[in-house]
Amino acid sequence: MSPEDVLAIWLTLRLAAVTTAILLVIATPLAWWLAHTRSAWKAPVGALVNLPLVLPPTVLGFYLLIGMGPHGPIGHLTESLGVGRLPFTFWGIVVGSVLFSLPFAVQPIQNAFEAVGTRPLEAAATLRAGFLDRFFSVAVPLARPGFLTAIVLAFAHTVGEFGVVLMLGGNIPGETLVVSVAIYNRVEALEYGPAHVLAGSMVAFSFLVLLSLNWLGRRREA
Amino acid sequence: MSIRAQFRLQRGEFVLDVELELPGRGVSALFGASGSGKTTLLRLIAGLERAAGVLEVNGETWQDDAANVFVPTHRRALGYVFQDANLFPHLSVRRNLEYGMKRVPPAMRRVDVARVIDLLGIARLLERKPAHLSGGERQRIAIARALATSPRVLLMDEPLSALDLARKQEILPYLERLHDELEIPVLYVSHAPDEVARLADYIVALDAGRVAAQGPLGETLARLDLPIRLGEDAGVVLEGEIAEIDPAWHLARVAAPGGNLWVRDNGLPVGRAVRVRILARDISLALEAHGDTSILNVLPARVEQVADDTHPALALVKLNADGAPLVARITRRSASKLQLRPGLEVWAQIKAVALVG
Repeated sequence: MSPEDVLAIWLTLRLAAVTTAILLVIATPLAWWLAHTRSAWKAPVGALVNLPLVLPPTVLGFYLLIGMGPHGPIGHLTESLGVGRLPFTFWGIVVGSVLFSLPFAVQPIQNAFEAVGTRPLEAAATLRAGFLDRFFSVAVPLARPGFLTAIVLAFAHTVGEFGVVLMLGGNIPGETLVVSVAIYNRVEALEYGPAHVLAGSMVAFSFLVLLSLNWLGRRREA
Repeated sequence: MSIRAQFRLQRGEFVLDVELELPGRGVSALFGASGSGKTTLLRLIAGLERAAGVLEVNGETWQDDAANVFVPTHRRALGYVFQDANLFPHLSVRRNLEYGMKRVPPAMRRVDVARVIDLLGIARLLERKPAHLSGGERQRIAIARALATSPRVLLMDEPLSALDLARKQEILPYLERLHDELEIPVLYVSHAPDEVARLADYIVALDAGRVAAQGPLGETLARLDLPIRLGEDAGVVLEGEIAEIDPAWHLARVAAPGGNLWVRDNGLPVGRAVRVRILARDISLALEAHGDTSILNVLPARVEQVADDTHPALALVKLNADGAPLVARITRRSASKLQLRPGLEVWAQIKAVALVG
């Protein structure tokens, strides 16, 4: 494997790890709200969260590129904060990946919170536990399988992402050149050998992910 | 020491409108058919649901909408036992018990948890997970878990209704021991007259969201105007004491207000305070004392009131047996034949007396 390919794999893993961590922080309160609210906003917010499931990644990438560009609202914000522009940077593709994988993190956690229901939380409240206390001591442990599924799915989905990264990040080695884009480049250049190595490792990785999901599912039933 | 509550809640067709003053000790039963609002009332007292109102428990204001006071559930010193135990499935029995206890400052822990564990007979279950317990065991642990927080009031929402008869019989003695040994007032929601007769000191009868009657158990059960339909379960409860054991006939004499009652000897010692329940359908009336009868317990009494029962053939007769209230159910034809009227002296022939605790 060439040093560029190793760099691409390393970058991909870093992107997936950072994205998954950020997603857990964002998706958990969102999933909680969606699981417990009776607000009329539940349906529109839920649809918005799930939008990346049906949108072509290029559409999401296109709007993000414009939004984060020098004339876009996110671009204005990042410039005024002094972080510069996000497109064609690592953090730019992190933002894209977070949005793109949001439903894969929110849905399992939301389903788990719904399955836990309010009754154990009521019991905790009668046992002197305040809101955050009962959230971390009861809701999170009982929803653990949902969190594990969310982590696996968000990580794997980010690893496999192509369109959003290509739209937002292009091709900068060590900054935005992830494995899926690297494979594309190799094939474009008719370098089938390296493409095989990278593609084969993706197949093995995806297989392991699905296997571990299955294992998690069986543990949940036990 | 008392519990004062006033709530008003409208939810679709259902209206709950109650005003209560409960004693700050002993067991108060919230009694009524399903849909009468008793569980909702208990949840309002716990702060698990909200409705406009005022709630004061032993001098502490937990809710007063006029003063904008609403203490959240986790800041109320209460214990709550849910209908289906509602233990934390991810924690062992021991960790379930410790969950609430750990969250109470040490200076406020007044209940001796070791004693509660002993009282409820759960010592050998401590390392198990809730999934490996029977329904009766789960409910006993739920009670212990609630008590371990040293609550100032224990709220119990039909803790026996999810259990079969055998499991109920398993738990009732523990509840009686709690009643006798702990000084914590209990609000006990139930639709089962036998549980109420056995455990309650005070009864609040709810009917369609309103308080139909409330008062001490004995006199409230003896009221003929109770709008709640006890039907076959109409009857009274008397408090007495085992006064004598007759080993030859395996009988025990209970000295109760109103006179002596012979019951089957259950092995309880002389001097033990007991409750006896006498159902209205088990009392018949006679104008003279018959010596030659198989009925063991015959008490002199005076008729206080004659009222119609649910079925047009039947009448309920309220009696005063030397201060003790009794209720007899007889046919209206018999009432007419005996010319029953207030003030008449009769003999109450009691066919069955149940020792309920």
